[in-house]
Amino acid sequence: MELARNPLRSLTAYLAEGIDGTLLAIALAIAALGLVTLYSASYDQPGRVASQATNLAVALGAMWLVARVPPQTLMRFALPAYLLGLLLLVAVASFGDVVNGARRWLHIGVTRFQPSEMMKLALPLMLAWYFHRREAGLRPLDFAVGAALLALPVLMIARQPDLGTAVLVAAAGFYVIFFAGVGWKPLAALGVLGLASLVPLWGLLHDYQRRRILMLLDPAQDPLGAGYHIIQSTIAVGSGGLTGKGWLRGTQTHLEFIPERHTDFVLAVFSEEFGLLGNCLLLVLYALLVGRGLMIAANAASFFARLLAGSIALMFFTYVFVNMGMVAGILPVVGVPLPFISYGGTALVTLFLGLGILMSVQRHRKLVQT
Amino acid sequence: MRPAELRDHERELYYFQLRIGFAGAVVLVAFALLFARFFYLQVVQHGRYASKAEDNRISIVPIAPNRGLILDRNGVVLARNYSAYTLEIFPAKVRDLERTIGELGAVVEVQAKDRSRFRKLLAETRSAESLPIRTRLSDEEVARFAANRYRFPGVEIKARLFRQYPLGATASHVLGHIGRISTRDRDRLEELGVEANYRGTDFIGKAGIEASYQHELHGTAGVEQVEIDAAGRGLRTLARTPAQPGNDVKLTLDVRLQQIAEDGFGERRGALVALEPQTGAVLAFVSRPGFDPNLFVDGIDPAHWDALNNSPDRPLNNRAIAGVYPPGSTFKPYMALAALELGKRTPRSTIHDPGYFVFGERRFRDSKPGGHGTVDLYKSIVVSSDTFYYQLANDLGIDAIAGFMQHFGFGARTGIDLEGEASGVLPSPQWKRKRFRLPEQQKWYPGETISIGIGQGYNAYTPAQLALAVATLANQGAMYRPHLVSQVENPRSGTRRSIGPELVKRVPLRAENVEFVLRAMAGVNREGTGARAFAGAQYTSGGKTGTAQVVGMKQNEKYDERRVSERLRDHALFIAFAPLESPRIALAVLVENSGFGARAAAPIARAVLDYYLLGKLPAAPVRPAPLEAAEDAASD
Repeated sequence: MELARNPLRSLTAYLAEGIDGTLLAIALAIAALGLVTLYSASYDQPGRVASQATNLAVALGAMWLVARVPPQTLMRFALPAYLLGLLLLVAVASFGDVVNGARRWLHIGVTRFQPSEMMKLALPLMLAWYFHRREAGLRPLDFAVGAALLALPVLMIARQPDLGTAVLVAAAGFYVIFFAGVGWKPLAALGVLGLASLVPLWGLLHDYQRRRILMLLDPAQDPLGAGYHIIQSTIAVGSGGLTGKGWLRGTQTHLEFIPERHTDFVLAVFSEEFGLLGNCLLLVLYALLVGRGLMIAANAASFFARLLAGSIALMFFTYVFVNMGMVAGILPVVGVPLPFISYGGTALVTLFLGLGILMSVQRHRKLVQT
Repeated sequence: MRPAELRDHERELYYFQLRIGFAGAVVLVAFALLFARFFYLQVVQHGRYASKAEDNRISIVPIAPNRGLILDRNGVVLARNYSAYTLEIFPAKVRDLERTIGELGAVVEVQAKDRSRFRKLLAETRSAESLPIRTRLSDEEVARFAANRYRFPGVEIKARLFRQYPLGATASHVLGHIGRISTRDRDRLEELGVEANYRGTDFIGKAGIEASYQHELHGTAGVEQVEIDAAGRGLRTLARTPAQPGNDVKLTLDVRLQQIAEDGFGERRGALVALEPQTGAVLAFVSRPGFDPNLFVDGIDPAHWDALNNSPDRPLNNRAIAGVYPPGSTFKPYMALAALELGKRTPRSTIHDPGYFVFGERRFRDSKPGGHGTVDLYKSIVVSSDTFYYQLANDLGIDAIAGFMQHFGFGARTGIDLEGEASGVLPSPQWKRKRFRLPEQQKWYPGETISIGIGQGYNAYTPAQLALAVATLANQGAMYRPHLVSQVENPRSGTRRSIGPELVKRVPLRAENVEFVLRAMAGVNREGTGARAFAGAQYTSGGKTGTAQVVGMKQNEKYDERRVSERLRDHALFIAFAPLESPRIALAVLVENSGFGARAAAPIARAVLDYYLLGKLPAAPVRPAPLEAAEDAASD
């Protein structure tokens, strides 16, 4: 009956059902800044903006679908998704495509797929589900199992090698363990252990990964290779100044000094053209996004939903921190995109799926006690 | 109970929210850190970076190193470089490619093959690079384009180095060729961590020595700091670290010997590998038909590519290391040696050869109807008795045969310094189990051993393996890894690095047994199946003829019956070494579908030995002079 009276209105209501307006508004604001920046970065490759807009539409659709799935239903996907992810990682290791020297891609029919990307959500889902089942009495052993569930896919991804994704997946898993309430002492012990393991880990790194880290100390060492990225992106950021050089006016960008300017180094383009003020705006938007996510986690109805939402919110933070740190020259160059801004469809879909999960948690939150 | 649980729950929630708060604090601190860093870069250090960006009119331009030369053992140049102007398009900077190319055609000549090559490159490479639409511009064309340059944004003239192979198709399967760096090559370079050294380089070795010695030939890229204007155009060079040219590579090959060997094949398909037994140095290495590597240097055009790729003669296939063939009767000397070493025959034991060997229900026939009568070990090699070896194979058994033959490298890669070597098949029950799926196919039938004895059946080896085996035999069982490169030289400093002989193994053999087999092989060339080809030779030599059946070959070209039957004809083989007393050369020749080894393959071996040992040129007309050098080269 309602439908007949005002069809347009009820359609809007139908579409908006379960969508968290605040989250969506923040994400869209960032994405809009992204398209503007991409327009400037891709002056010589028209079509990038349109194709990113298409990616955005697909990602929004994915978010909308997931937002309508209650957390209890999501829980049922945890184990299958995790196992499938592991299986695909094994498949990639045995017969994946090698691109840029890393074995990350799997051919499925006509398209290629990166199973490590899927783990970014599958691992927190799995861990949240595991801890949820054991909620009644979590023991140290449970955390050990959790750590093992985390280590397995992370090591496989690091071996591909894909350090950036490995860091993100490891972080997402770690946040679940942290929120599940692992004691501060084991946490501190883990931290010490982690630092100590850096020494043997150095030996396991690929030459190019080592070079990228050393490059932080002395970028001038290799002006044709990795050092070039850092030198040029730092100049772009620094020369942007307080207010930036203005949209489409970045010389570093337009004289092609910034490498990977559509993807991992897109922030250098943004910083050059919009300056410190632009960066502040971006930081505030990201802080709001993460803050909203953490709020949703705090009010979530179940243990599972809390862990999942908390982990996803902090995963957004990790993306931002690692990418911005890299462009600003304080973290090594690893392949982590700037969320909602970097060009690329797969990452965008993952991010919006994460938003969708947060929205679902928010919709089924605990009713406020009166 | 209930209230306690509830309290527990609340406490848990409290702790969770505490951690959420903690996480929020960490996030804020991290963002503050980022803000501080941005503040430092964009406010505190802004002046410094702003002037750097202003000075960042300095573009870092890589300088591609000169590729090293390839020389034969006497210093004859087989591959070199020349510089020429190319007209290149940055596809990303041009809005309408077709129109631009059309308009360019009015200024400089652009042929259909230039267009199709450009389209092929466009499909293969990443869009950021500039791609040639025309190569080797004349001075006049350069001048004409320069005058019209303003009309063509995104189109540039560049001076580039091109590879040139002055002798054309000679030794093409040794030299291989270079080609444009593909996306796949880039991935491999990144995997090796050398991609920075390849910035500015367009070409890379794709086959042959050009590929296997790529890292020696390439050199080290230089860097040039060029001042550019606001539009990105170069104004002047500020600093320059010159490129270090790649190393010159000297081959063990004697190009005259190589040409004589190639000419020996005429129009026929086949392969020849000649080795120096004491070092493993490759003296001649032929795979026919060959190809002209010059076709590849500035991107092969599709018409030529299709012709090479689809030819039934498969000219791009390196038969000498990638083609596998049954050795036929050239297997017999090793069978004889196995019989002596394992005590299954003595030089004096004889058999009666009625012209066939009966095994169970089956009758294995000798190639000579009626047989060779009474045959001893010596005669069995000289006249090439099949019956003798049917029986011997049956007496030895497959495991003993396979165990002995692997000493000579049969069925294993020789380790020659070229890519794409096949391993061939040394048949054994073990191999069959691995090779086949079905249990009845996996089983080794005793009848299968019989034809192994005369080099047929599952036997399949590369000509390089056959040459290595005869070299090892001639060298008393000492096997040296075949190698094509003797020396790598830095053209700047003159520093040389020799690539010396590498002993792979010493096959434990009794000297008198080896002597016996070598003398029997000398008998082949003196009074046996090789006698006609070696009539009047002024040196002693040993040899063995072979004729290999082309089995189970299916042909779908039904329309050309003459050709089909030609392709099903036997392969001719010959292995040889000379001189008998202390062999300086050992070789294997294979001529596809040419019938008897004695007739088709042995004369080629004779011509090679004549030249190598006596410096004598064959009576047949000498091949035409090499391609004229750089007539279309160097406009500067």
